[in-house]
Amino acid sequence: MSFTFTEDQKLLSESADRFVLDDYNFETRRKIIGQDGGFDRDNWKKFAELGWLALPIAEEYGGLGGSTVDTAVLLESFGRGLVVEPYQSCIVLGAELLQFAGNVEQKSQYLPSIAEGKTLLSFAHIEPTSRFNLCHIRTRAIKQGDCFIIDGEKAIVHNAETADYFILSARTEGDTNDEEGITLFLVPSSSSGIKMRSYPTIDGLRASEICFNSVKVDQQQVLGELNKAAEYIQKVVDRACVLLCAEAAGAMDTAVKLTVDYIKNREQFGQAIGSFQVLQHRAVEMLGAKDFSRALTYRAAGAIDQSNASERTRAVSAAKVEMGRSGKLIGQEGIQLHGGMGMTDDMPIGHFFKRLTMIDAIFGNVDFHKKRFAQII
Amino acid sequence: MWLQCVLVAVWGSPDYLRLFKESEVMDLILTPEEEKFRDEVRAFVAENITEDIRKKTMTGFRLDKEDHESWQKKLYEKGWMAPGWPVEYGGTGWSPMQKHIFEEECAAGGAPPVIAFGVTMVAPVIMAFGSDKQKEYYLPRILKSEDWWCQGYSEPGSGSDLASLRTKAVLKGDHYIVNGQKTWTSLAQHANLMFCLVRTSDEGKRQEGISFLLVDMNQPGVTVQPIKTIDGSTEVNNVFLEDVKVPVENRVGEENKGWTYAKYLLGHERTSIAAVGRSKAQIKRLKTIASAEEHNGKALIHDQAFREKIADIEIDLLALESLVLRVLSDESAGKGPGPEASFLKIKGTEVQQGITELLIEAIGNYAHPFIPESMDKGWNEEPIGPEYASSIAPHYFNWRKASIYGGSNEIQKNIIAKAVLGF
Repeated sequence: MSFTFTEDQKLLSESADRFVLDDYNFETRRKIIGQDGGFDRDNWKKFAELGWLALPIAEEYGGLGGSTVDTAVLLESFGRGLVVEPYQSCIVLGAELLQFAGNVEQKSQYLPSIAEGKTLLSFAHIEPTSRFNLCHIRTRAIKQGDCFIIDGEKAIVHNAETADYFILSARTEGDTNDEEGITLFLVPSSSSGIKMRSYPTIDGLRASEICFNSVKVDQQQVLGELNKAAEYIQKVVDRACVLLCAEAAGAMDTAVKLTVDYIKNREQFGQAIGSFQVLQHRAVEMLGAKDFSRALTYRAAGAIDQSNASERTRAVSAAKVEMGRSGKLIGQEGIQLHGGMGMTDDMPIGHFFKRLTMIDAIFGNVDFHKKRFAQII
Repeated sequence: MWLQCVLVAVWGSPDYLRLFKESEVMDLILTPEEEKFRDEVRAFVAENITEDIRKKTMTGFRLDKEDHESWQKKLYEKGWMAPGWPVEYGGTGWSPMQKHIFEEECAAGGAPPVIAFGVTMVAPVIMAFGSDKQKEYYLPRILKSEDWWCQGYSEPGSGSDLASLRTKAVLKGDHYIVNGQKTWTSLAQHANLMFCLVRTSDEGKRQEGISFLLVDMNQPGVTVQPIKTIDGSTEVNNVFLEDVKVPVENRVGEENKGWTYAKYLLGHERTSIAAVGRSKAQIKRLKTIASAEEHNGKALIHDQAFREKIADIEIDLLALESLVLRVLSDESAGKGPGPEASFLKIKGTEVQQGITELLIEAIGNYAHPFIPESMDKGWNEEPIGPEYASSIAPHYFNWRKASIYGGSNEIQKNIIAKAVLGF
């Protein structure tokens, strides 16, 4: 396990930081969020040209075959500027599921086009009543000749309205919470019988509630083995958790810097409020929280490609717990140390706080992952 | 019982009812007279709060001006608008326990909070330091909610260090001419009057050059500009004052003594800032939601870790309530709350924020959707996810203000350190 970046990772980190610094300031981001679909397609093209979309995709499918740590490096930089382009939806979840579960034909057909930025995916998995249970699937897929007929509802599907395909989980066997019996389908978003209600999320992204009403899907579109998708999903979501933590590490880094900068400049009682030790100590706590969370995140990113299931579970859940705690501390204290100004929509700090809070509230919050970790003590 | 009926109407959940009984433990031991009083208040709230307002108050959806005013007018008619006032001005003469029961029942029944700027903030200052003319004019109007007051304290450069304020008032004949900017002015968009701290002298100590003026908001030179906060709402404002004329008889007390009056205000009726009744009502709501949320077929309320987190907050709240009751007793014995009242603000806001944290945890994935319009009047589309979820995340972010406003919790600790511990 290495604790330093390779030369390639350093270069990647520098170029992604440069992109955020030059092309993704707070006002630009605000404009991007207001665009149709909630992200900038020119940025997506740029990501493709820079090889960022290809990063975790295998070389034989037009990718760069990068490791989880490589992707973490990129996402940490994205986090610094709260990049809203659908990298998590399309690459971290979508492309990875396809790569992990798909057959050779499917991978050859879709992955190169995803790496080139021409095809967008979205993972339609969470359901209205599933909370954080990845196996809580009520959506049903029933075999009918060469096809499956899919009925059900999906919730908080990020970037659904701009996706060309959904990777959809549905139950082909068993009961609502069974691990066995879940199957993945690659469903064109233009299929008939799909009804979508799209909305902004509180952290500046876009998501949708989707109804699948007798949607007909060819059996060629099944990804991986029938009834065995729980394993694929768990593995890919575990990696997504670590990469969300990486994004959070970048967001925490900026949040701490913004706050320290603010208290160094804000004057009250004839001096910078940062000259008060009580605030200095709190800024130090924030910095420490970021450092611990980031360190644990990279450790998990390094371990995830090699470990067995229990090691992976512990590494991922530890990172997600630490991120949730640190993100909350940094977000809340960031606002408090900014005072009233921190409450305004015009100041960036609140937007970092909201993203950090929402990263905790996806794929299992602190409580969920603490319990999961505790099962393997 | 009416409360149960209402809640069944809202949630329609028998599971909830069972839980409600569990959480109906009173904790407070009441005398038969107090019980009678509680029933009277409860019935009054039930009769006078519409379902629409109750729902808005409970969920943090936006209450409009009329919602507040219609409730406050009913309180006036009943003689209950100003329980904290001396009887000669229209107070109720209630015991501390009665005042506490009243707050608790109003909160439990979903009554909008009485807007504090008039009745509990500026009124005590007018009573103590105002002219007879001011008392005669303003106090009855406050009781009848004929004016909407706002507070002109903070400025862009003067937050925690309020005494550095620079809004200037210059006396010209029988008027002050006021120039400057106030900020974080809550609900100034509704206000026709502002009590305002202004600088009338640059000599001597900064605190000794401040005066307390009552400013008519409906006049040329007053501009109210909303500030959008991180939850998407616009309840606070910048207020620009440009050559605003304030008659000298609208100054409260003496010139350059405004700081003393402002401090008096901060030491008065501090128990309401603890918002014990509101927090109790929110804990009930939290339990309702935690009973509706299921994980692996088990209600979240039955999750031991989550229950313990609720318990932590409830214990804090009980401690807070106990201190509030002590302070109320001291008050009715004629002793001011003293600087310990700062603890009520600190603990009160910590409890409130703690509840918002558990609420956002309770709703899981449905913290994400954000439809600001859904909290406005007239929104009638289907909610996204459960109806109770939509206001919770915005409210969580919005409520971070509580440890900042009214003197940040850090400033409250400074006050205690100085005034109680003698540092």
